[in-house]
Amino acid sequence: MLNPDLVGRTVPGTTSTTISQESIDAFARSLGETNTEVAPPTYAITITLEQSQSLLQSSGLDWSRVVHGDQRFVIHQPLVAGDVVRCDSTIESARVVAGNEIVTVRADLLKESECVVSTWSTLVFRA
Amino acid sequence: MRRLNLVYIGISRMSTFAVGQELTPTTFVINRAKLVDYANASGDQNPIHQSEVFARSVGLENVIAHGMYTMGLAGQYVSAIAGNSSRVKELSARFTKPVVVPADTDVELIVSTTVIEVNPDSARLEITATCNGVKVLGMAKALISL
Repeated sequence: MLNPDLVGRTVPGTTSTTISQESIDAFARSLGETNTEVAPPTYAITITLEQSQSLLQSSGLDWSRVVHGDQRFVIHQPLVAGDVVRCDSTIESARVVAGNEIVTVRADLLKESECVVSTWSTLVFRA
Repeated sequence: MRRLNLVYIGISRMSTFAVGQELTPTTFVINRAKLVDYANASGDQNPIHQSEVFARSVGLENVIAHGMYTMGLAGQYVSAIAGNSSRVKELSARFTKPVVVPADTDVELIVSTTVIEVNPDSARLEITATCNGVKVLGMAKALISL
């Protein structure tokens, strides 16, 4: 059970990720996308989900029981190779339904101090 | 003024967009090799997307595709409609049913969309993604810039 005090708190990312053309190319190729001038719309998940995972694991949730419930992306500026981004994570909500813990995590990718992509992941930790 | 705008939009590439319009569906083929490619490209190496033994051990009927792979394909479809990925402003979906991917099998994912809102500089799309006739994404929507 997640500590309710964690809900609403933003945990700033401590490391930066430099986005490479190679990683955009590989991600795009796996989806059959040939234009790799900018990253595909769902590319941010490669950065945000890992951050959300470490945040939730350190909060005591068992990642081996997780199911992805829903996902949302808001892209203010498409990611391109050379972007250096930091990922801030916020647990926006947590509730228990039929023994399953349902957690929504927002992750903001910041380029310098500007938010370029926000993602919301709803994760279901099965009882 | 508004009428003048419409005249300009009318001659642009996006002139065909109208509320209620259904755009041509695309069929994506999903198989085990593609799940491995996606796992490597995305970093999501959860074994439920690669190992039948593991998938069954956690109560699944077989290996399932990453929800984000299915959503990624829907995103690729939306990018193609929009012209390119830089025009995709929002994308959201609920993972309602798993896409089961048995060994040595090509599974077809059919993605289609309906235009639900048209603004001077953007359009909102409702996306449908089905596998063997079953909807695998729920509440799937995108906002694209025109």
